[in-house]
Amino acid sequence: MNATVKKRVSNALVYVCLSVLAIVWVFPIVWVVLYSFSAQKGSYISTILPKAWTISNYTKLFTDTSILNFPRMFTNTLIIAICSCLLSVFFTISVAYCMSRLRFKLRKPFMNIAMILGLFPGFMAMVAVYFILQSFGLTEGSMIKVALSLVYSAGAGVKFYVAKGFFDTMPKALDEAAEIDGCTKWQIFTKITMPLSKPIIISTTLQAFMAPWIDFIFAKVICRANASEYTVAIGMWQMLDKTYINDWYMRFLAAAVLISIPIAIIFIYMQKFYADGMGGAVKG
Amino acid sequence: MALFKSNPNDEFYTPYTVWNALTKGNWKTRLSALIMGFGQLAGHRFIKGLMYLGVEILYIYYMITTGIGQIAGLPGLGEAEQGKVWNEALGVYEYTAGDNSVKILLFGIVALFVTAGFIVVWRANMKGAYKAQVMQEKGKPLPTFRQDVAKLFDTDIQKTLLTLPVLGILIFTILPLVFMISMAFTNYSKIGQHLVLFDWVGLKNFGEVLNFGSDIGSQFWSVLGWTLVWAFFATFLNYIFGMILALVINRKGTKGKAFWRFCFVLSIAVPQFVSLMVLRSVLQPQGAVNVILQNLGWIDQSLPFFTNATWARVTVIIINLWVGIPYTLLDLTGILQNIPGELYESARIDGASTVTTFFKITLPYMLFVTAPNLIVTFTNNINNFNVIYLLSEGNPTPVGHTAGKTDLLVTWLYKLTIDRQEYNIGAVIGILTFVVLAIVSLVTYRSTGSYKNEEGFM
Repeated sequence: MNATVKKRVSNALVYVCLSVLAIVWVFPIVWVVLYSFSAQKGSYISTILPKAWTISNYTKLFTDTSILNFPRMFTNTLIIAICSCLLSVFFTISVAYCMSRLRFKLRKPFMNIAMILGLFPGFMAMVAVYFILQSFGLTEGSMIKVALSLVYSAGAGVKFYVAKGFFDTMPKALDEAAEIDGCTKWQIFTKITMPLSKPIIISTTLQAFMAPWIDFIFAKVICRANASEYTVAIGMWQMLDKTYINDWYMRFLAAAVLISIPIAIIFIYMQKFYADGMGGAVKG
Repeated sequence: MALFKSNPNDEFYTPYTVWNALTKGNWKTRLSALIMGFGQLAGHRFIKGLMYLGVEILYIYYMITTGIGQIAGLPGLGEAEQGKVWNEALGVYEYTAGDNSVKILLFGIVALFVTAGFIVVWRANMKGAYKAQVMQEKGKPLPTFRQDVAKLFDTDIQKTLLTLPVLGILIFTILPLVFMISMAFTNYSKIGQHLVLFDWVGLKNFGEVLNFGSDIGSQFWSVLGWTLVWAFFATFLNYIFGMILALVINRKGTKGKAFWRFCFVLSIAVPQFVSLMVLRSVLQPQGAVNVILQNLGWIDQSLPFFTNATWARVTVIIINLWVGIPYTLLDLTGILQNIPGELYESARIDGASTVTTFFKITLPYMLFVTAPNLIVTFTNNINNFNVIYLLSEGNPTPVGHTAGKTDLLVTWLYKLTIDRQEYNIGAVIGILTFVVLAIVSLVTYRSTGSYKNEEGFM
């Protein structure tokens, strides 16, 4: 009897604690969703719940494009995300494959250099990258999209560790058997390794696709004042600027909701593949 | 001479080295050192030979027209200032183009990179010529061009697959890095008007940053101190609270495990910059939190979330908990479920309390499994730009300082280069950040199992 009471008390305590914490974690998100429908103006919020409701924050985001053009930012980011994700998946997967499945002289040196490069703050060389892009003529007008795609993908070759870990778990016997059957390495790569690597390819793709949506620093340095080339992240940063915040705060919240939905879907989808990818290629 | 020789004890030993080509090669092979592709052409392998020759001609043309001048500019970094000449006929000042040290430095480094690339091709040329010679002497047929190409998709496939990624890394990672590192040794800064013309100053910037007494130096040491404190708290508080949460959710008695996990993981699905900017906006002096608390009558004045140094530091650490705990929860749940049940069983029989079980079984096991991960998290936190910049922008900043009280080395570096254009000091700080990170991670990384025993699963 005493034991069951003790158990009930401790269970109740746990549920109370968890509920409080869950509210702390969920509430800000719910709050953003609620206030994105608020009819109030400005950033001066005096009540926990909005007093009046509207969907004009969402519609205005797409119709009032004179100052900050949200649809345009969205397409900019989408184009950059698609281009950079294609390139970086190719880079990451081919480097990971070479480091994991092949043995050649420059393999260890390459891995060590990649590790050292990873220790430098990523944007330390940002200014230099800007000058390099400038000398290619990629820092004006719509070429900025090309520049940003390159910035997000060009260094992808050093981020091969997760994919390499995946390839490492594939039995070497598979490659050897194919080699005995007369396959070239290229055929092994395309016909055997790739089809078995779906989880890691998808998770690399999604990760690369998400980068331009959430990056802020690189986009800011490269776009500078070219408002027509802004990505979503810089655009939203602008909405919180002192000159805009009064008109744009609620629209900022609406934009936050709109951006979160696709990213959340991708994330949940990716979780599944990420877990599979970490689990290794061939089970049993 | 490791570049031109090969060690016989090496796994990848080859007799076809530049050294052997020069010492043991015949006159055709040796002539290839001067006229690239000569050995190949003499062996009737025209496509390959002409390609080598073409590379050499292009390189020489590049060096004569621009390259030599660019490398020669490196030691001086340009002298001529932008001039103003009065044009009598038009009645205006005309500007004469001066030297631009940034361009000189950048293109000088590019020329050095091109030269290094040329040496790589030259080595391949020498090796190929010598190999062809040896094979001819042995009476073996030389591979045709078609066979060489086929090899690129078979035994030499790494050359095909790695070329583009390596080019990307060279142009967009290594070249800029070398450029930035060299900036640390110049006076390229807005201070003293050295934005167009600057010079090498040796280690002066390092001396200034590391000196306790100087203005920059005192800021550096306090930022470094806070960066380490931040990384420590951000890493271990997240880890401990994340683990406790994972334990509570995964304990036997808790019902609705999936629901609780969902509540916490939901915040990960929102892009980090969005949630950080929202939190920043609601914690402003006139933001929602302060206004609502004032209306409720709980406080008289706005809470100084980002305006008081201590408040700001605690705030960023707490908000980082909000951001980070769900990730820890996600990572640790899987590991927790793998702890062998017998351990708990025997502890229970021995009469160990819950607390003892946690400290004697759960914690040591988790630390053992997640130690490498913890080190990575620690280094990532040293470089955690987003949380600090998007939340507090490093503020509050004391008057006359460039670094705020919550600035990390990385955010300070960003401010110094992008906002204040003190490129040389920024570069020094980047290098020192690298040194800190290297010390923390190099030793530990090399001792992890996945580096030592990478073929364990194959």
